[in-house]
Amino acid sequence: MLAETLVAQNISFGIIATVMVVGAIRVVTSKNVVHAALWLVCVLAGAAAQYLLVYAEFVAITQILVYVGAVMVLFLFGVMLTRARIGNENDLNNKNWALGIPVALTMFAAMAIALVGGFSDEKLPSPSTAVRIDTQAVSDAIFKPYLLPFWALSFVLLVAVIGAIVLARKD
Amino acid sequence: MLAAEQVAEHAAEHVGWFLDHAFLIPLVPAVAFAIIILVGKRLPMKGSEVGVASIFASLVLAVGVAYQWIERSHSTVEPVIRKVVWWQSGGIEFSVGQHIDGLSVVMLLLVAFISTLVQIYSLEYLRGDRRYTHFFAALTLFSGGMLMMVLAENMVQLILGWEIMGLCSFMLIGHWWEEEANSRAALKAFWTVRVGDIGLLVGTGIIFFGASAFAQESGSNGFSIAAINEWALNDTGASHTVLLWGSVALFIACIGKSGQFPLHTWLPDAMAGPTPVSSLLHSSTMVVAGVFLVARLYPLFHTGLDINVAGQQFNLIAVIGGITIIIAAALAFVQTDIKKVLAYSTVSQLGYMMMGLGVGAFTPAVFHIFTHAFFKCCLFLCAGSVAHSGSHHSFEMKKDMGGLARKMPITAACWIISTLALCGVPFFSGFFSKDEIIDNAHNNGYKVFWVIGLVGAFMTTAYMTRATYLTFFGTARGAAAGVHHDDSHAVAHDVHDTHDAHDAHDAHDAHAGPHESPALITVPLVILAVLALTAGYLNAAPFHIEKFTEWFATEGREPFPELASAAFEWVNALPSIVLVAAGFIVSLFISRGLYGEKAFFLKGITKRSRPLRAGYTFLYNKYYLDALYENVIVRAVAYPISKATYWINQNVIDRTVDQVGLTGQSVGNWVYRNIDQRVVDGAVNGSGAAARGTGSALRPIQSGKVNQYGALLFGAAAIGALVLVIVNT
Amino acid sequence: MLINEFLLLGAVLFCIGIYGVIARKNAVMVLMAIELILNAVNLNLLAFALRNGSPDGHVFALYVIAVAAAEVGVGLGLVLLIYRNKRTIALDELSEMKG
Repeated sequence: MLAETLVAQNISFGIIATVMVVGAIRVVTSKNVVHAALWLVCVLAGAAAQYLLVYAEFVAITQILVYVGAVMVLFLFGVMLTRARIGNENDLNNKNWALGIPVALTMFAAMAIALVGGFSDEKLPSPSTAVRIDTQAVSDAIFKPYLLPFWALSFVLLVAVIGAIVLARKD
Repeated sequence: MLAAEQVAEHAAEHVGWFLDHAFLIPLVPAVAFAIIILVGKRLPMKGSEVGVASIFASLVLAVGVAYQWIERSHSTVEPVIRKVVWWQSGGIEFSVGQHIDGLSVVMLLLVAFISTLVQIYSLEYLRGDRRYTHFFAALTLFSGGMLMMVLAENMVQLILGWEIMGLCSFMLIGHWWEEEANSRAALKAFWTVRVGDIGLLVGTGIIFFGASAFAQESGSNGFSIAAINEWALNDTGASHTVLLWGSVALFIACIGKSGQFPLHTWLPDAMAGPTPVSSLLHSSTMVVAGVFLVARLYPLFHTGLDINVAGQQFNLIAVIGGITIIIAAALAFVQTDIKKVLAYSTVSQLGYMMMGLGVGAFTPAVFHIFTHAFFKCCLFLCAGSVAHSGSHHSFEMKKDMGGLARKMPITAACWIISTLALCGVPFFSGFFSKDEIIDNAHNNGYKVFWVIGLVGAFMTTAYMTRATYLTFFGTARGAAAGVHHDDSHAVAHDVHDTHDAHDAHDAHDAHAGPHESPALITVPLVILAVLALTAGYLNAAPFHIEKFTEWFATEGREPFPELASAAFEWVNALPSIVLVAAGFIVSLFISRGLYGEKAFFLKGITKRSRPLRAGYTFLYNKYYLDALYENVIVRAVAYPISKATYWINQNVIDRTVDQVGLTGQSVGNWVYRNIDQRVVDGAVNGSGAAARGTGSALRPIQSGKVNQYGALLFGAAAIGALVLVIVNT
Repeated sequence: MLINEFLLLGAVLFCIGIYGVIARKNAVMVLMAIELILNAVNLNLLAFALRNGSPDGHVFALYVIAVAAAEVGVGLGLVLLIYRNKRTIALDELSEMKG
């Protein structure tokens, strides 16, 4: 059955995943803040593409709009307003940076063991059998069972808007 | 909450107005709290009338509930569960409501009754206090919190009531916060209990996820207390591991709240509050909450901890309860503050209740809550009465009391009746409950706890005899003899009184000398003393009276484990009676020797004999537990961790592998220096050097560097996760 | 497709993000690393949503995106404020403690 092997999906997953991992590593190792921000765009766009692969179209579009559109611009503004220099810098890492390696590796080991043990080779549902979650289902879920968190979140956003203005205001 | 909104579970059943509206009982004090806070100061009696009236209204409602419950208990046995959903999220409905069964009826009655008496007593005791209004507001809300907790329909509501109590106890213990000791005691009580509360939250979470699937079949969720109990008893539904860890986590909360070993240290310090607060806190609310939680979810604890499984000799609840009985009773011997004696006595009695629950003596343990509330409340109020009118606001038995029996006959009589009840002298209320616990421990095969119970009975009698002797007999000392030594209690007095609105009391003080307290104080005392004498006859096994069991027992009425019950025989009660008598005689002999007027070979013996002095010092310092917490747990345990992190910090980066040998050596040195020298010695000496060294060693970790904090946080999480993963695979 | 492909990708991104939080000095870079962590979580949520056939994962992913946007907004506001007062956003130079 052709539908079960999903060659195209697997290949695209592989490519996008590679781009994302490389991009993520560049984000945390790049010596140039602006380059790091651009690599982050790669990762976020790659994530949006992965969301499409798991049939989350609405979330993917939101990801592009919010992250790649708005958040990245914010980051670039942040870089611009706080740093005169755009070029390479040698001291972007603090002096304890090596501590991050064992911590990250331990964390990864823990997760990898748990995941491989837990889902060894469980398959995701194929396109023919998968329950499609369309935008209507998502909105139904948001506005019925998860209405209260939605309100809370609206409040958080309001506070964030006011907070950002208060913080950045000059007086 | 309107009656119309109620979702009736057993729709058609008519159960009577009071049972249907039991939720009003905590609601009335809650509303009263708001009224007192908002307009209390403008009222003629500064808000106290609202507090007393509301609690009295609660009492009336509770009596109604109890009456209808008893009426009902002849025919039907279902608990009355009413609830209303107040919010829902993610498919989970959070409800508030009432779960009325025998246990909650007893507790409602008890809490409302004791609170009413304590509030009446406070009218006089705190007259003229500068925060009179706030005191009554907090006291009212405190009772409301406890009432809400005991009729809680689900765990969320129970936690809410539990935390309201925690907050109010903080406000009440620290009522006279101008003295630093008081505010420290309030903080200590609050934080110690909070430590245990972590267990409550974790346990509730565990139980919720464990019970959800089962509970959904009956249309509720894993917060519902009825559903949890049913789930715990269901043989197929519950994983034993989940039950075990759920009950252990919840029991940690009970340890904190009910002052069980090793978190009992906050309770004696909580004596810093006004005496009515101590009385309320120690008799029917707050500390009983932990015991109540175990009783409320008894099927869970019973299954989770394998209580009464054939051949079981020990379980967590019984062991903690047993240890608490003994160590608290031992501590009560060396206290000179009358309230502290009572505080440790409470801790010890709570140990009895816990032990009772731990050995499967459910009804006796609940009955002991019931009887204990009356006589312990009475004892505290007597202590307050003595301080109020007899010893000039001092609680020091050795310095300011003695020979008060003749000056304060009513107080002394009430005290003695309650003491006899506490000691478990036959035909007083404590006998019927405490002896049942001891008897059942024996009957259920828990031999060790039977012995502990007996030893505890002996010790209880001994320390209470000592306290009674010091307070009411022998020679009058200090303030009790009419001496004004203004140095020590002048501060307390100033805090206690304000000059205005206190003329009457100043007049009392002017003609010095101890005298009997006014009626507002003695009437509650007498009522409580009568109950201390008679309450036991509700369930007097020797006379085959079992009204309490008949009316309020939970067994057989809702999901509940089957418990064996010991048949009463005088032969079985004999050891404890003999031990009580022995405790009385020995203690009287020693007390007369130590504190009597005549020269006696025992006088000053703790100063002359080295081993006795060591024992005294050890007890006097409360087993050095406080020192352990502050010097070892807080400083020294945090210290090696921080030191280790610091070490990683320095060495992972700066040095390389060829220094492994060197660091191995330094680790050895470090272990010697810090574990051996500092932790072990430091714990014993409680030395300042340890604290200083700790401070300087802790400094690097408090660097203020965000990345470093992040590394610590994630590193700890990663290691924790790895350990969990490896353990589970 | 295996579910583990997505979950392990999420794990890799998560750990890289953690490394970034620990190693980076520039506050803006730390915020970027936090975005990596949040996206790794979203990837897991959506993979599980597909596996369970329920919209809950989508809802949570959307909420995470919204919270992340709020967090970046406030975070960058803080960074700007710090920069104005200290003329630096190097996190290890901000400490005023003597540790």
